[in-house]
Amino acid sequence: MRPFTVHTGIAAPLDLANVDTDMIIPKQFLKSIKRTGFGKNLFDELRYEDEGQPDQECTGRPLRQDFVLNQPRYQRTSVLLARQNFGCGSSREHAPWALDDFGIRVIIAPSFADIFYNNCFKNGLLPIVLHEEEVDQLFREVNSTEGYQLTVDLEAQTVTTPSGTSFSFLVDTFRKHCLLKGLDDIGLTLEEADRIRAYEEKRQQTAPWLFAPRSL
Amino acid sequence: MSGKTLYDKLWDAHLVQQRDDGSALLYIDLQLLHEVTSPQAFEGLRLAGRKPWRVSSNLATPDHNVPTTVLERKSGVDGIADPVSKIQVTTLDDNCNEFGITEFNMTDIRQGIVHVVGPEQGATLPGMTVVCGDSHTSTHGAFGALAHGIGTSEVEHVLATQCLVAKKMRNMLVRVDGQLNPYVTAKDVVLAIIGKIGTAGGTGFAIEFGGSAIQSLSMEGRMTVCNMAIEAGARVGLIAVDQTTIDYVKDRPYAPKGEQWDMAVAAWQDLVSDADAEFDEVVVLKAEDIKPQVTWGTSPEMVIAIDQPIPKAEDQTDPVKRESYARAWKYMGLEGKETLGDIVLDRVFIGSCTNSRIEDLRAAAEVVKGRKVASTLKQAIVVPGSGLVKAQAEQEGLDKIFTEAGLEWREPGCSMCLAMNADKLGQGEHCASTSNRNFEGRQGFGGRTHLVSPAMAAAAAIAGRFVDVNDLVKQ
Ligand code: SF4
Repeated sequence: MRPFTVHTGIAAPLDLANVDTDMIIPKQFLKSIKRTGFGKNLFDELRYEDEGQPDQECTGRPLRQDFVLNQPRYQRTSVLLARQNFGCGSSREHAPWALDDFGIRVIIAPSFADIFYNNCFKNGLLPIVLHEEEVDQLFREVNSTEGYQLTVDLEAQTVTTPSGTSFSFLVDTFRKHCLLKGLDDIGLTLEEADRIRAYEEKRQQTAPWLFAPRSL
Repeated sequence: MSGKTLYDKLWDAHLVQQRDDGSALLYIDLQLLHEVTSPQAFEGLRLAGRKPWRVSSNLATPDHNVPTTVLERKSGVDGIADPVSKIQVTTLDDNCNEFGITEFNMTDIRQGIVHVVGPEQGATLPGMTVVCGDSHTSTHGAFGALAHGIGTSEVEHVLATQCLVAKKMRNMLVRVDGQLNPYVTAKDVVLAIIGKIGTAGGTGFAIEFGGSAIQSLSMEGRMTVCNMAIEAGARVGLIAVDQTTIDYVKDRPYAPKGEQWDMAVAAWQDLVSDADAEFDEVVVLKAEDIKPQVTWGTSPEMVIAIDQPIPKAEDQTDPVKRESYARAWKYMGLEGKETLGDIVLDRVFIGSCTNSRIEDLRAAAEVVKGRKVASTLKQAIVVPGSGLVKAQAEQEGLDKIFTEAGLEWREPGCSMCLAMNADKLGQGEHCASTSNRNFEGRQGFGGRTHLVSPAMAAAAAIAGRFVDVNDLVKQ
């Protein structure tokens, strides 16, 4: 996984609560068996006037002018500002894959849905929870300032605005460690293989039916 | 010290390692796999040269993409008209063959929606940890199992290590006391709960559903309730084990047998929250207050009882809510409409992992029996949750009741719940659906979904609009 240390980039305001994973990446694009190439269909229904199809060339499609990421000033967005309960709905990891493929590295919101939040970390994306008032302030500032950039420092756990104001955020130590180093979770867990086997042996004594071989 | 909740017990029993930072390694007993969220996980395994840790703990079946017309289904995978869907289903077959994972493929009578198949086979058992790359894995919590959806990276992690890196959730109890009114079902109960606590109300919690109204539900009903825990933001929904649970599991193909059965049943008695267990939050509803529910907007929390007026954006005091209500009104085309009855329906969908089990089909059949689908409707389809549910329904003659009333009887799969196959809504069309999500575009681009119970969907099919099923059956 790509490590995340410090990131500075253009912020864009997505002023919608409860943005669900169907909005982030509609289901017709989930048919791919790859992890990449979802960026052009990120927010497909909010972004384009027509209904998108998998494997379709997107450059000529009619854009919805009112959608934030279509505006010229947000073309190179890498920090997405969002409202509460961002990423609710399905478990599809295609949502963070699409955000990542589009170039988003950080999402800042007052709250996230659990599965989505978790999926971000597995893909080198950083979801940041800030207080409602802090998010409000960022929304106001980004709306009024063209080229507004935010700097996110994972080690220091801070989000810094162009004027130098810093907000701090919380992140689990383990997730932070993995993200900073770009570590592969599976490799880390396999270092505990002995523990897992020991658990299995013990469990097999008390609940043997859980280990019965399937013969159907 | 206070006692343990059911969730605490399940967590403790599966803890392989607790880390200082609050994260933990949790042992996984059962992983269910389907074609949409697994290909990248298998690919990851292959690239890293890894093997599944315990092959027999996995069970796979294609469901999201499979076509549901008899014609397309006749020739198995080859019959899938959409080439992209075909690749995905073929990929699942290939991966299961390569890694030796049991799969109920498209031609197997046991194929169906993962969350219907697991319990039906007795693969899902009380006290287990169950995961699947699908958020509605919460369904299996109805068995007193710790079950939740995971992402594809985690699917790969569980395949490779049999463990999940997890963090303990907080405990919430949702108690529904009393006796449900006629034609008020598990679906209405869970919609009412979501209406009360909101789609983010359960975020970070494992919700245990309890109270006399929950206890009186069948296993099918309990699965419906737990299925939609995720729509209240909770990854985990749970219901304590009782005799209803044990009776359902007994003699299922994968259920323990003989001596191991007795041992298991004895162990399962403990799968209840201790009387003195403390919950971080408790929500109480009165069963008598719950009426048949219908969603009017684009989030499951935008739900009202059939006799309530549709709430207006301008009446909302919270600005974020006002904004999202206004957006939902526009998307749902509610201008000039006052009540749910003013909405003219285009389609009706009875199916999905929420409501496609035998009991759901019986409830819908009872309502449509001897009646005819409204002529204004473009389509009404019934999609059983699995091949075995379909066979059972046919044995009971339910398929005849449906087709005579003018509903289509289909082959098992997710179908119009998420419209990855050909079953979908046209732009602007209103659908009474027994599924679980009414998000924008969920059932098709520009489609308008209203979530209801099977009985309410059946009544809507007959009337062509939303009516209280109680009124319809009286006629
Ligand atoms: S029926 Fe719908 S909600 Fe259930 S697993 Fe299939 S797509 Fe997901």
